[in-house]
Amino acid sequence: MAFAGRRDAPEPPDFGILKRLARDQLVYLLEQLPGKKDLFIEADLMSPLDRIANVSILKQHDVDKLYKVETRPAPGASDQFCFLVRPRVRTMRFIADVTCDEWSFYLLPLDEDIISMELPEFFRDYFLEGDHRWINPVARALQLLNSLYGPFGKTYGIGRCAKMSYELWRDLEDESESEVQGRKPEIGHVFLMDRDMDYVTALCSQVVYEGLVDDTFRIKCGSVDFGPDVTSSDKSIKVLLNSQDKVFSEIRNEHFSSVFGFLSQKSRNLQAQYDRRRGMDIKQMKDFVSQELKGLKQEHRLLSLHIGACESIMKKKTKQDFQETIKAEHSLLEGFDIRESTSFIEEHIDRQVSPIESLRLMCLLSITENGLVPKDYRSLKTQYLQSYGPEHLLTFHNLKRIGLLTEQSAGDTLTAVESKVSKLVTDRAAGKITDAFNSLARKSNFRAISKKLGLIPRLDGEYDLKMPRDMAYVFGGAYVPLSCKIIEQVLERRGWQGLEEVVRLLNGNEFCVSDSAVEDNPACESQRVILAVFLGGCTFSEIAALRFLGKERGCKFIFLTTAITNSARMMEAMIEAKG
Amino acid sequence: MSRVRADEEEYWHSSKFRAFTFDDEDDELSQLKESKRTVNSLRDIVDDDDDDLERVSWSGEPVGSISWSIKETASGSTSSLDGRDSSLQKGSSSYAALPKQGSSYSLSSLFKGRNKLSSFQSLSDALSDTGVKSYAPELRRPRAEYKVLIFLKRTLRREILFRELEVRQVALCHLIHFLREMGEQKFLLDLLRFLDRTEEVALSQYREHLNIQDVEKRREFLKGCIGLPFSAEDTSHIQDHYTLLERQIIIEANDRHLEMAGQSELFRKYPRKASILNMPLVTTLFYSCFYHYTEAEGMFSSPTNLKKTFKIPDKQYVLTALAARAKLRAWGDVDALLTTKNWLGYTKKKAPIGFHRVVEILQRNNAPVQVLQEYVRLVEDVDTRLNLATKYKCHDVVIETYRDLKDRIQLTAYKDKVERGSAEEEKIHSILSNMQIRWKN
Repeated sequence: MAFAGRRDAPEPPDFGILKRLARDQLVYLLEQLPGKKDLFIEADLMSPLDRIANVSILKQHDVDKLYKVETRPAPGASDQFCFLVRPRVRTMRFIADVTCDEWSFYLLPLDEDIISMELPEFFRDYFLEGDHRWINPVARALQLLNSLYGPFGKTYGIGRCAKMSYELWRDLEDESESEVQGRKPEIGHVFLMDRDMDYVTALCSQVVYEGLVDDTFRIKCGSVDFGPDVTSSDKSIKVLLNSQDKVFSEIRNEHFSSVFGFLSQKSRNLQAQYDRRRGMDIKQMKDFVSQELKGLKQEHRLLSLHIGACESIMKKKTKQDFQETIKAEHSLLEGFDIRESTSFIEEHIDRQVSPIESLRLMCLLSITENGLVPKDYRSLKTQYLQSYGPEHLLTFHNLKRIGLLTEQSAGDTLTAVESKVSKLVTDRAAGKITDAFNSLARKSNFRAISKKLGLIPRLDGEYDLKMPRDMAYVFGGAYVPLSCKIIEQVLERRGWQGLEEVVRLLNGNEFCVSDSAVEDNPACESQRVILAVFLGGCTFSEIAALRFLGKERGCKFIFLTTAITNSARMMEAMIEAKG
Repeated sequence: MSRVRADEEEYWHSSKFRAFTFDDEDDELSQLKESKRTVNSLRDIVDDDDDDLERVSWSGEPVGSISWSIKETASGSTSSLDGRDSSLQKGSSSYAALPKQGSSYSLSSLFKGRNKLSSFQSLSDALSDTGVKSYAPELRRPRAEYKVLIFLKRTLRREILFRELEVRQVALCHLIHFLREMGEQKFLLDLLRFLDRTEEVALSQYREHLNIQDVEKRREFLKGCIGLPFSAEDTSHIQDHYTLLERQIIIEANDRHLEMAGQSELFRKYPRKASILNMPLVTTLFYSCFYHYTEAEGMFSSPTNLKKTFKIPDKQYVLTALAARAKLRAWGDVDALLTTKNWLGYTKKKAPIGFHRVVEILQRNNAPVQVLQEYVRLVEDVDTRLNLATKYKCHDVVIETYRDLKDRIQLTAYKDKVERGSAEEEKIHSILSNMQIRWKN
């Protein structure tokens, strides 16, 4: 798929089908239990379920009361109970002695171009624990999407998990009897990427509006809870954030600095619209009220919410030295003033600013610098434990294991590892050998990759954030997200040719497979629709960047992610909780 | 990627970094404020009766959604889904869910009155019983793998199982994760010991302390952890953890006593909001600087004792003590912390953390301008100094700085910011009319 000139991007396929499928299946399952029943839902499923069904639909199928899974039912409960849970061990302790059925709900469309699998635990389970339990759902998701919107022509990928998911998917396809060929595809290409191919982007502070809202308020299943400080009242409100919100859809991908101007313009327009009332006669007034007023009220409500959100964001950021933090981040990305950045982080910890933020900054330092200097590692670790609690000893071990926060060792050269390995071959503990290889494999090599791919834009004049010229705008012009750059390059080259060095630095596992049965017709619109699959989570900054790329190149990116993520969620996943 | 020094200077002063700031003075923020005013002024016109908009309950959930319904049920409204309109009128504001049942609670006892063992055993049974439908659609193929693992776990002698797993890395990871989830601590530790993963054995054991609520028991447990096969560095961390908790228990007991006795003015004026148990060291230091500042080093609750025992670096100590004394508005103590005496007896103000941070802490605690001003004056970086001085109305500092910069234009402009006829205005006048100053503009 070559990027031949600019054309209008194709429309995304209709993912409403996925919701309807899930709902129909749920209804069918409820019908298996005829008569009055109470429904117990796992907490994590509540929000996704809200997107698919509502109370009246459940009521139509004889659901009487709704409870959270951990709750004891009130007196007067029905005779029949139905449990809606994910097969997770910790939920099972509340349930016993049941018959089970499978509700194949893998995919939740969050927006017209985002599908989430709502599996936030994927990141920790796979990348930290080495557990492959979620690869099957990923393969099944690909299979479902292929059957509804495929057949996919070309599949690209990078990362061990991407490779395994792809292979399992192919196995499933080979075994299934469904006839997909001959169908007119709506999605032409697939790109699978492991989260650990690019930790840097996930760790950076987000400055596009949607990313900022996520970082500040935590968007869950496409909606967000705005508290009294945003609504300017004593109420909280849950707001759905997607392309249906006319105000949001225009500012979501913008750099924060552009948002104010837009909101200001919109407010003035709104004022002007209302002012029109003054010169109206009765008939005009009637028309106004019946046709326009509702829309204006809606716009007014949305505008006040987003203005409130912006104010709240500003307040929080000023409190937390956002400016200085961004400066430190940019230094780390670009590779200079490292000592200054390290001091900044040290002070950040000393001041007990935020345990998650401090951790995030340390990880960013580690990844960009290929590990911390041992002296710094020891000192920062000690200070962190003193500032935020000694139990974080466990957090540090997790971060080391996953490769997010490591120590530079004296013998990190290839020869040193080789001698380490040969010494261990005689040892019966197989685990240690893998550790040695793992540590080699996990070297970040960020600087080398950054140089090869030109991730740090050259400065020539001011970077225009309102009319950006490349994907770097999502980070204020300082850095092009690595994950997005890889996707851009591979799609442009229709493969990995010319990227061998980069692939080696990313530790291999790249692949590019064409389905020979599928026609490679450049004129076909589906060729310009690409499914970008993020295994381990995807950030709103990456989504904004690829949406931008799509507009530039006349193609449409559809995002399939195991979950929406950001730096805070990633750090939280690494912290050991009770129980 | 190294840059020459000159390039760096140029880089930091380039417009890229002025693209967006979070300063109050900035256009963008005032733009936002203006938008807010506009929108708020329309509120009177817009009839906010919400009849066209989505109805939302007090918790913020859209009415009719599943999350809302669950909250309604949990809040004790016994009405079924039919009654949802009337329950909205009630507008219940508290949504405390019914207390969580412990893992020993078996819901199956609600069905047909049968009493069955709940939790882990059921799952194991369920999975190894081929009669029951496999509730494992998410397992990676071969789907049998988990069933196999658990079957093997139940049937094989451990030594054989362990040996087989040693060479199957992926299966090993799966089993370890599974054991952790199921809380099968003993099995897990045996496995890790067999694999010679001694550090992980230590960590897994240490991890258990998170599940011990009782402080005394936790303290005992931590004491036991000290001898575990950690690295030398981690051993000292564990040691510190134990010592910290030990001290906290003592301090907590004493202070609780003091508080109840009601004799201490400090405790009366600033009642404690939370216990010090299980707090991080720095928080404990803050607490100690707040309530026990002047105590002798011999006392466990004194800040100097904490500093010595845990080898707290000066920087951290000064920062924390500063914050505590500032909260109490003890400006004299603040001053003392920042003053050092050299061997000749001359005093000098020194901050191991940067005076802009000092100013920030003082300002957060509403220090009077005279106090603030003294430290703003000491901020090294001129731009930061001017910024802070202007922001916090430390007029003298602003005036002096502009004078030192020989910036006549700015100084003249600043005249508007001071009060008519004030001493500051007089000061500006006299400086501006000083013939000896060689103004740069």
